[in-house]
Amino acid sequence: MWTLGIFAGLVLLLAVGLRLNPREVPSPLIGKPAPGFELPLLMEPDKRFSEKNMLGKVWIMNVWASWCPPCLIEHPVVTQLSRSGMAPVVGLNYKDTRDDALPWLKRNGDPYQLIAFDGNGRIGIDYGVYGVPETYVIDRQGVIRYKHIGPLTADVVKNEMEPLVRKLNAGS
Amino acid sequence: MRAASLVLLLWAGVALAQDPALERRVTNLAHEMRCLVCQNQTIAESNAPLAVDLRNQIREQLAAGKSERDVVDFMVARYGDFVLYRPPLNGTTLLLWTGPFVFLIAGFYFLLRFLRRRQVSAPRLSADDRARAAKLLE
Repeated sequence: MWTLGIFAGLVLLLAVGLRLNPREVPSPLIGKPAPGFELPLLMEPDKRFSEKNMLGKVWIMNVWASWCPPCLIEHPVVTQLSRSGMAPVVGLNYKDTRDDALPWLKRNGDPYQLIAFDGNGRIGIDYGVYGVPETYVIDRQGVIRYKHIGPLTADVVKNEMEPLVRKLNAGS
Repeated sequence: MRAASLVLLLWAGVALAQDPALERRVTNLAHEMRCLVCQNQTIAESNAPLAVDLRNQIREQLAAGKSERDVVDFMVARYGDFVLYRPPLNGTTLLLWTGPFVFLIAGFYFLLRFLRRRQVSAPRLSADDRARAAKLLE
């Protein structure tokens, strides 16, 4: 009787534990103001972009790099997301070089409204980036409301991001 | 101009790397932190680009006079308690910290129960049995 109970307990523990994804580290940044930065644009190095430019808008920041295979996998989804006009999608080109990133965009298409260039990854550290691609939803007050780690899927966009963005846009 | 700044940067890098006391502090701290890319290594052990960046970040901050506590807070603010190999005791880590002791105590409890039950169920010999055994042994 006892052994059966212990066995059932173990099965339950493993059933829950093995289903959790250890790569998904909960971000302490959710609910906190998006870290400030000012970076040159990928396309026009003499122009700069700051997260403050987006205050007053709900927007999406997608961290990507040309060296990152999953970024290529999520690329159609990001393109779709951007086309849907749900929210402006800003790219953060992370630990990349212009020589690699620009041809990548030419080959695959550029879904972004604009792209900030974080060549040494310093801003990535401020955003707690550890595995590209990563995607953030930032509200009108500049607070991070959502973070997705790993390639975006149509499901994630439809079931998690879309309702959230709609809610944020409807709110004050 | 660019070349000059590069030389300066390199020189600064060499100067930083040559301070053994600082390097020891950097290494000690890096051993306390989990590399998020390759989760079972510390930042000190891993050669993932992010680990290299974070080591440099630790070095820069310590060199700038920040304390170990400041650097740990910097990392936790960005990556959460998960970066620490010795996470603090709080609501979510309560089970993590107390679990082993709970299992140890539960183990002792079951061991005791088992041993006691075995004692009880040991066969008792009646007076008749003893007499028969004594007869057989004679």
